Amino acid sequence: MSTVRNQVIRDQDHALHLLRQMVRVRRLEEKCIELYSAAKIRGFLHVYIGEEAVAAGVMEALEPDDAVVATYREHGHALLRGVSAGAILAEMYGHAEGCCRGRGGSMHLFDADARFYGGNAIVAGGLPLAVGLALADRMAGRRRVTVCFFGEGAVAEGEFHESMNLAALWQLPVLFCCENNLYAMGTALGRSESQTDIALKAAGYEISAWAVDGMDVLAVEEAARRAVDAVRSGGGPHFLELRTYRFRAHSMFDPELYREKTEVTRWMERDPIALLQGTMQAAGQLPEDTWAGLTADVDAEISAAVGFAENGTPEPVSELLRFVYSDPPDAGGAANPGGAATPGGGAGKEGAAG
Amino acid sequence: MKTTYREAMRAALRDAMQRDERVFLMGEDVGSYGGSFAVSLGLLEEFGPERIRDTPLSESGFVGAGIGAALGGMRPVVEIMTVNFSLLALDQIINNAATLLHMSGGQFNVPIVIRMTTGAGRQLGAQHSHSLEGWYAHIPGLRILAPATLADARGMLWTALQDPDPVLIFEHGSLYNVAGELDDDAGAVDIDKAAVVRHGDALTLITYGGTLPLVLEAADLLAAEGIEADVVDLRTLRPLDGQTIMDSVARTHRAVVVDEGWRSGSISAEIAARICEQAFFDLDAPVERVCSLEVPVPYAKHLEQAALPSVERVMAAARRAVGTHG
Repeated sequence: MSTVRNQVIRDQDHALHLLRQMVRVRRLEEKCIELYSAAKIRGFLHVYIGEEAVAAGVMEALEPDDAVVATYREHGHALLRGVSAGAILAEMYGHAEGCCRGRGGSMHLFDADARFYGGNAIVAGGLPLAVGLALADRMAGRRRVTVCFFGEGAVAEGEFHESMNLAALWQLPVLFCCENNLYAMGTALGRSESQTDIALKAAGYEISAWAVDGMDVLAVEEAARRAVDAVRSGGGPHFLELRTYRFRAHSMFDPELYREKTEVTRWMERDPIALLQGTMQAAGQLPEDTWAGLTADVDAEISAAVGFAENGTPEPVSELLRFVYSDPPDAGGAANPGGAATPGGGAGKEGAAG
Repeated sequence: MKTTYREAMRAALRDAMQRDERVFLMGEDVGSYGGSFAVSLGLLEEFGPERIRDTPLSESGFVGAGIGAALGGMRPVVEIMTVNFSLLALDQIINNAATLLHMSGGQFNVPIVIRMTTGAGRQLGAQHSHSLEGWYAHIPGLRILAPATLADARGMLWTALQDPDPVLIFEHGSLYNVAGELDDDAGAVDIDKAAVVRHGDALTLITYGGTLPLVLEAADLLAAEGIEADVVDLRTLRPLDGQTIMDSVARTHRAVVVDEGWRSGSISAEIAARICEQAFFDLDAPVERVCSLEVPVPYAKHLEQAALPSVERVMAAARRAVGTHG
């Protein structure tokens, strides 16, 4: 088993924390797959398994009032940003206790308290939002940072290029994190881009950009801290290309015809969890009982989250038309001001006013 | 005071910028150039480049940035030069601005105002002559405004900025030079109700935006023939004020909808359908529609004019409606 960059882990507690964070994401998503197979979760489900070091490392560099914009493969980002596993699973169950009251599902997790702005299922659609969030901070004189995650598939979209240009032109406090897992669904990077060096594309916009081993959580954290510090201190936008790999299929419907099993196996030898685990064990920093305790804690957390989701209540259909427009100020959070908002009945807010 | 639609819009922007420091204007050529239709002329000097923010030609990028800034607590007014270019920002308008509140379970509202010029009639050819406001009015989550009068040009913006949700304002290109009297103390107006801007009992003419002047002209000519029309200015295309329409139709029993959009799947189709659903037994004649012919708007003046609603076509439709006895 290879190790993380032969690094000497100086802070054992912190390494253990990172390991725990990655395991939390892994176990949550393994459970998601199980629940999907059991038809508890429907719709599209895209898991992050193999890529956990990216979100785990980057989130360490953020302050509580920073903002995060992510993609449809965002369960891990939401969890590590502070959205509870219970609220995430309840959302996938379509329950009122879900972080979006059952309106978003797996691809659209949001959380205002965590300043977690989705959960965006249009590739590259989140980048302009991140630019705008950063613009608001700049105009208001706040020293906050907005981090925007997206896959390498997004770099083919016009919104990527428009956003790079705007962020650099206006020197906005935004960190772009490109999760390069080599495949845009089933299309390999080399089959979709004339220039496959993604950091170079960002550099073309005069943005400080560099590539990072996205399977090495310590390297990711180090790079993210460096970049976030630079952004926060007025250094303008920064860009990290995090080289990683998706171990599982694109979604639950993907037969994986586009890549060789041997390629997957080769990358799995650099499993970010196993890498850190191996390094810590080799240094005598991860006694067996510590690891057992960690996994038991995580399993308990996920198990409790499943229980929370299972015991949730379906968002009532009477609330269906709520949140199309904001509740009137005097509604006091009451149900849809349109009254009997039954779908198709034409008597609700939309029936009368749409 | 004497003013124009353009000046009224500018006064609205200036007023909003002065009243709320979170308000800023962003778009192509809004600053140094003074706005491609000169709406923001002089505002750069008054408010500086941070708040009168020129953007590159990247509609999706700067509209999305406006949405992000709105999420971040600002009150952006994003100007898209024309509705035709807004097609490059459809992803941001429809997938983000219109959906974020709902997808987030009520956590993230988007208080953005997006202004754009719309409409044909100036020999600009198909790619600069679309009227797509009715198309945007299809989208739940958006509020669609079409100021047709000086009072609305002056008053709708501030009210739109108070709305916690995305508002799109469509300014017909033929209106900017319209001049007239506006009260010195003109200010915010409601953006919920349609207005009956002319009263008559023979039929109801329903329109909005750029076709209001020609409908009023037709109504005057019809009056000379003894046909007195109610004229309803919709003002807001979503949510539609059905009540004002139905109240008028209940009195006149006849309706003609005038819409510069194409007929098929248009806002005029929606209005005709609603009248049939909600006022069917009040009708003495089929609902008539005067829309643009279903062709990309051509350049040549005679062809363009033939494609668009005209005073003559409105009058002919009105005569048919009045001449029919159900």
